[in-house]
Amino acid sequence: MTDLGPLIPRNRAIHPEPYDPGYKTSVTRSPNLPLLSLESGPSEETGPAFGHGLIGALDNNLILNWTQGAAPAVGERILLHGRVLDENARPVRNTLVEIWQANAGGRYRHKKDSYFAPLDPNFGGCGRTLTDDEGRYEFLTIRPGAYPWPNRGNDWRPMHIHVSVFGHSFGQRLITQVYFEGDPLIAHCPIAATIKSRAQLDRLVAPLDLAHSRPQDYLAYKFDIVLRGRRQSMFENKLEGM
Amino acid sequence: MVQKLDILQETPSQTAGPYVHIGLMPSYTGNGQIFAQEVGVSPIEEGAEGEIIEIVGSVFDGTGWALRDALIESWQPDAKGRFAGQEGADPKVSGLCRFAADATSGEFTLRTIKPGAVRNRAGVMQAPHISLWIVSRGINIGLSTRIYFDDEDNSADPLLGRIEQSPRVETLIAKTEAPGRYRFNIRLQGTDETVFLDL
Ligand SMILES: [Fe+3]
Repeated sequence: MTDLGPLIPRNRAIHPEPYDPGYKTSVTRSPNLPLLSLESGPSEETGPAFGHGLIGALDNNLILNWTQGAAPAVGERILLHGRVLDENARPVRNTLVEIWQANAGGRYRHKKDSYFAPLDPNFGGCGRTLTDDEGRYEFLTIRPGAYPWPNRGNDWRPMHIHVSVFGHSFGQRLITQVYFEGDPLIAHCPIAATIKSRAQLDRLVAPLDLAHSRPQDYLAYKFDIVLRGRRQSMFENKLEGM
Repeated sequence: MVQKLDILQETPSQTAGPYVHIGLMPSYTGNGQIFAQEVGVSPIEEGAEGEIIEIVGSVFDGTGWALRDALIESWQPDAKGRFAGQEGADPKVSGLCRFAADATSGEFTLRTIKPGAVRNRAGVMQAPHISLWIVSRGINIGLSTRIYFDDEDNSADPLLGRIEQSPRVETLIAKTEAPGRYRFNIRLQGTDETVFLDL
């Protein structure tokens, strides 16, 4: 197998602070001690591959997948689409993208969610797909509602969709959240605020994409995702004593 | 002004939140009907080569409370140290497992085979290990660590050898409880905080 080189070390400065008192649960769930930094090896550079056989025809259609096409979910119909690239700007092909979200009223279909917004009998709230040869993915879904959560006295999550991406290396594994352009709650959210740079947080805000919207049907939002890349070099010296 | 670098920045992480199971393990929360087949249900199929083992444990927060909402992924090679997709790899070993802390007890179980040893990038043989990635509410960027085994020779492992405070090495070693059964507890904070990795 060709050696694509080690993973580019993670720039942790762009990521959220693990310990952030504004997000109370992080206080007891963030490591206190420094991480052990090493060069990646096969354990991190390899990863699972997923075949098209895994993905059902409606898996990326959250409007229909819960009822297997029998009845559509309630809410504002949207297309969430974009590309998965690596840090070298190469498309990440055939990689698994999974999403989960609340329904239009801000309620999750989860046994621990007791918010009194009702469940939509026609909405499950999860979907998945594989990227194509250009790294593109798309989901048809409804725009999730904002919801309150127990943190400080009056905290609300902005509208958001959770996104999980594999890449081709276990060391590329990433979970993030997509926010929506113009949502005033983003600026008040302690989870969004775990990312200290507003410019980095803005990278999680999907713009309205009218050009890819379908008249009389759905609005589109674009969300591109960048995973860690690999550092290839003609000079691959081994460290002395390693 | 200098020239622009042709390099993008990784997308920032956000916590997986309390409802991560909806997306990654729908059957855990009673939504199993949504997909015909879930991802990472087992890292092995019937007939995989190697010793079947079970690893049980909990993820503890800084107060010593076992998380009830943690979700973990494991990644490992087959019994001969080959990862899925590599030449000659055991077709019965997918290598990926997703498992969750029990909603009542907080305990998880990983049933798999003992992985084979793999060399690192510098060509040094590493002791057999399983890679873990842990997410949950309150964890803002997934935590990486490794499971090593107390019945293997870990003395020359290059990663364990880089841990300055040698007692901390123990936090990465699963302890035999019975033949083929190990305990591996993960501590997010406090005394015996698990060594987490950045690689
Ligand atoms: Fe959420």
